[in-house]
Amino acid sequence: MADKSSSNAYWKANIRMIQLFLIIWFVASFGFGIILRPMLMGIAVGGSDLGFWFAQQGSILVFLVLIFVYAWRMNKLDKEFGVEE
Amino acid sequence: MDQFTLNLLVIGATFALYIGIAIWARAGSTSEFYAAGRGVHPILNGMATGADWMSAASFISMAGIIAMAAAGGYEQSAYLMGWTGGYVLLALLLAPYLRKFGKFTVPEFIGDRFYSKTARMVAVACLIIASVTYVIGQMTGVGVAFARFLEVKSSTGLYIGAAIVFAYAVLGGMKGITYTQVAQYCVLIIAYTIPAIFISLNLTGNFLPQTGLFGTHTASGVALLTKLDQLVTELGFRQYTGMTTNMLNMVLFTMSLMIGTAGLPHVIVRFFTVPKVADARASAGWALVFIALLYTVAPAVGAMARLNLTTTFWPNAVAGQAFDGEAISVDSIANDPQYNWINNWAKTGLLKFEDKNGDGQIQYYNDKNADVAAMATAKGWTGNELTTVNNDIMVLANPEIAHLPGWVIALVAAGGLAAALSTAAGLLLAIASAISHDVIKGALNPDISEKGELLAARIAMAVAIGVATYLGLHPPGFAAQTVALAFGIAAASIFPALMMGIFSKRINNSGAVWGMLSGLIFTLVYIFIYKGWFFFPGTNQLPDTVDNWVLGISPLSIGAVGALVNFGVAYAVSMTSKEPPQEIQELIEGIRVPKGAGAATAH
Repeated sequence: MADKSSSNAYWKANIRMIQLFLIIWFVASFGFGIILRPMLMGIAVGGSDLGFWFAQQGSILVFLVLIFVYAWRMNKLDKEFGVEE
Repeated sequence: MDQFTLNLLVIGATFALYIGIAIWARAGSTSEFYAAGRGVHPILNGMATGADWMSAASFISMAGIIAMAAAGGYEQSAYLMGWTGGYVLLALLLAPYLRKFGKFTVPEFIGDRFYSKTARMVAVACLIIASVTYVIGQMTGVGVAFARFLEVKSSTGLYIGAAIVFAYAVLGGMKGITYTQVAQYCVLIIAYTIPAIFISLNLTGNFLPQTGLFGTHTASGVALLTKLDQLVTELGFRQYTGMTTNMLNMVLFTMSLMIGTAGLPHVIVRFFTVPKVADARASAGWALVFIALLYTVAPAVGAMARLNLTTTFWPNAVAGQAFDGEAISVDSIANDPQYNWINNWAKTGLLKFEDKNGDGQIQYYNDKNADVAAMATAKGWTGNELTTVNNDIMVLANPEIAHLPGWVIALVAAGGLAAALSTAAGLLLAIASAISHDVIKGALNPDISEKGELLAARIAMAVAIGVATYLGLHPPGFAAQTVALAFGIAAASIFPALMMGIFSKRINNSGAVWGMLSGLIFTLVYIFIYKGWFFFPGTNQLPDTVDNWVLGISPLSIGAVGALVNFGVAYAVSMTSKEPPQEIQELIEGIRVPKGAGAATAH
């Protein structure tokens, strides 16, 4: 089992990553898809605007990328700290 | 071959497949019954999660809700983002840690982490209310799909569906359910995307519905969404892509659906079936891949079906303005074979039209819009004549509207049944495990043998199927409130408790119990004020309209606020009482790192 100080550093690194990823998660859906849509109205995307595209397609694609990148980065982090299974 | 025989063949073949899997994947131990022996490949688990997650509502109703919403299709994006964004929360905040914890049910984690039987039982109650509400909708969905496609009574259809679920859920438990769900996912995704691809090709020349939605409408030469916006506003409806008028509510609704998704026990337990913590993270990604295949197609199906429906009733609208030409005539609906689908669905009552002014035409427009109504009166129209369009038509009649061959129609029928059955099985397993593992083994009879528990789990499953069948035949008032009740409870009560249990070492037993109860009661009371106490009609304090909602927050969106109440109360109560004992702090340390299964409990 990893000693306490290294598992603390592991956990801190994980928390930092989660914070960053949740910011992107929020901006892509609640941000571009809803709250910021009025500001993005000028950017036309196929008969509508960028905000509409994010609300009905883009946010879901961002979610997908987020999960896989998180899984990949965490696997690397697990190995760095020697806590992988 | 006629349509009925074709439906029977395709549905019969899929059912034979499910039964075959049930016999192959029998469960021999409690670990297989509750968690499929923890040997499911992450990609297969992703598919099973997709089928588990995508219910009759996702398959049959969602595209229609987006297409026909009075507020426009944009505002309904809350469903698309909400029902997918929750997987990010699952992957980042819950799934890997709950997998590491390595037990069988969600209430078990809450009970162990908060060292409190009360917390465990509150979680069991939340799980059962949320899952029972949810499962009733699936059972009625099975009955309805049978009734429409196999011309049997919906009660007969329900019995057949229940018998199939009984076969693989009682025999195979999670193992049987998982592998059946993999097959059901394949059936439902093929059934959903084939008609969508043809319709997208038809309207826009784009093979992918996702790009077709933002492509050009070939018949008119303008962008599809621009065309749709022009057309629906001409008929007096709200612009399809128009901005929401209630941004706060849309944000909270999306948030409630997201954290509700992450907090629904039947979804969480799917991540207990993979071999490793790293697999749980990856599996959430695969689940979203398979879910996104349907969820990125659904808005295209919605917009295209709305356009097709409108141009069917206003043939001139295909290339020009709707009102520049004549409306569809009663005569062509009756005699022109391309309009057969209108008659087929009129028979089911999901579509109704009536030539109110007797001019031999069916004028479809929004008679609530003052400008359009004034123009209509001037033309001698006496109200909208397409009186009923059920949302579900948008998916169910899609293959007929696009003139696709009979086997595609049969496939849609099998797909709808697969969506409803797979979700029902997942929910029933969550209910049965809560009863056999949390109530019987956890509280009533802790010394029960593994064999005894497995038998108890099978009996609980059989009883749960019986109860769900009964409730499907006689749906109580709350059955229609899946979104408010199931997602509200999961969001306000379960999700915060799980998250705090992993990310805070300071939240203690009383904090968790008071937090869950306050989140739950706050959410339920807000819903009851507008929807009626315990959903009894007429007992609501205030009318369920936007003017009466506090700050314009709908009862469907209150779960996100309930979650904040839960976090706040849990924090305040924990800070003013004793911190959790040493062994609990070590348990939390243990679930935070993938390595060393059982390290925390070995102390």
